[in-house]
Amino acid sequence: MIEHLTIKEARAGLRQKRFSSLELTQAYLKRIHEHNPRLNAYISINDEEALTQAAAADARIANGEETPVLGVPIAIKDVLSTKGLRTTAGSRILENYVPTWDATSVANLRAAGAVFLGKTNTDEFAMGSSTENSAYGVTRNPHNEACVPGGSSGGSAAAVAANLCVAALGTDTGGSVRQPASYCGVTGLKNTYGRVSRYGLIAYGSSLDSVGVLAKNAEDVALLNSVIAGHDAKDSTSIDSPVPDYAAALQGSVDSVRQLRIGVPKEYFIGGLQPEVEAAVRVGIGVYEQMGASVKEISLPNTQLGLPVYYLIATAEASSNLARFDGVKYGLRVNGDDLIDMYGKTRQAGFGAEVKRRIMLGTYALSAGYYDAYYIRAQKVRTLIKQDFERAFAEVDVIITPVAPTTAFKIGEKAEDPMQMYLSDVFSVTLNLAGNCGISVPCGFDQNQLPIGMQLLGPALGEAQLLALAHAYQVVSSQ
Amino acid sequence: MLTPEQVSRVAHLARLTLTDDERQRYARQLSAILDYAEQLASVDVSHVPPTATVLPVRSVVRHTDEAHALLTRDEVLKNAPRSDGESFEVAAAITES
Repeated sequence: MIEHLTIKEARAGLRQKRFSSLELTQAYLKRIHEHNPRLNAYISINDEEALTQAAAADARIANGEETPVLGVPIAIKDVLSTKGLRTTAGSRILENYVPTWDATSVANLRAAGAVFLGKTNTDEFAMGSSTENSAYGVTRNPHNEACVPGGSSGGSAAAVAANLCVAALGTDTGGSVRQPASYCGVTGLKNTYGRVSRYGLIAYGSSLDSVGVLAKNAEDVALLNSVIAGHDAKDSTSIDSPVPDYAAALQGSVDSVRQLRIGVPKEYFIGGLQPEVEAAVRVGIGVYEQMGASVKEISLPNTQLGLPVYYLIATAEASSNLARFDGVKYGLRVNGDDLIDMYGKTRQAGFGAEVKRRIMLGTYALSAGYYDAYYIRAQKVRTLIKQDFERAFAEVDVIITPVAPTTAFKIGEKAEDPMQMYLSDVFSVTLNLAGNCGISVPCGFDQNQLPIGMQLLGPALGEAQLLALAHAYQVVSSQ
Repeated sequence: MLTPEQVSRVAHLARLTLTDDERQRYARQLSAILDYAEQLASVDVSHVPPTATVLPVRSVVRHTDEAHALLTRDEVLKNAPRSDGESFEVAAAITES
């Protein structure tokens, strides 16, 4: 079955001419058309261009060219701009928007010869934890179709899990790569803030947004991440620091665990945590201990404040970012009596309930009389959360926690209660507030056969180490 | 508890036209979220600076002042809801009264 391959396997098969990129791409497109009507992982399928890209990749392969993703069919979350390919951000307001330029992460993949199968489903403007907020319908979890895939990169996670792509790009503002990776049983990397350019990523919370990767294992994440990471002059918050050879960092990773100091924060093992999730994560930590790592309990005392801080800062930034959707330059327009009326009616018709809720919350937090009490106070507590991590990383190399308190929940279960929905991000948002990197690694199943994920958190620019540790776990636990 | 009037004021600032039903619902839901956020009020932040970005604050300037490939006018206008081929068209923003 050529549609069940990893990036590494696909690249080997292409290099050895066991199959062409065109054959591989056709096999994936066929599978997508068979399963997507049920799973709804893709909003747009890139049938025609994918075949052109595959043929071009085959020509480069015939010339002996090599890149980590040459000829490999991948999926792209629909908040990343793709030239000539509709980009909706999961919103009605961008239903007919076709970008005239690529996001930098997309341009890098295009230059490296990856094949774009299509754009994956997401909560509208990446605001959500279940993909239920997409204007294009919910994505179903391949492990149990009555359950959500997580969000907001739920389409990417489901597509990887159901073999509707080899690997996928996602984005993570408060857990949107890691939580769906956990719910769908795939590996998901949230990069350090600034490690991957945000140019062309439709902005949600600009001080928190990051581009990441979802794939079948850490090895594949390393390969794909090596193509998208790096400095970009078009993003003034992009980090100008050399990109390590992530794939090379995986070599000898099992031995490197021996020196490792793991911190386990007590604030993450609290009431409300599903017992099977705690048990599986503790077993996962035990695997590292058996490899020779030392484990100590640590404290990240401001963890519980992460959620209110996140929802004030992210929504404040969103209320500003989404002001650009006004019916003038692109997207939906609903005519009104005058310009102001046109803005209001366009945004009323184009935005879904959760996006409006967050714009309202953010506008309120920034409005006169409330700015200091909510927005500035949240930014100050953000400093405390960042300091928690700085103190922790002075004494440990990596922190291990559950990704989310529970496994995937049922579709509709939390849709009517925003607060309950927000609580599913309680273990993931602090990382974005601190700007560090993290990876979600599958570590078992609950009694309903739903996947459980453990989260490895590292210091800024610690991606190579996290990938090595995730790889070591995957090598040892598959033996 | 936010009143529907406060919700209307915020909606106007956000340029969102809301239905009566939405006003009632957001008054209730935003109040619940703000109640939850109240826990921040008890944190002592009197000596803590705010974090606006995790990166060191610095100015980024262009290294060279060279021309780059830019979008053509046709590309810029391609997604416009209404255009005359040269500019975006909107209703008059200023009217004589």
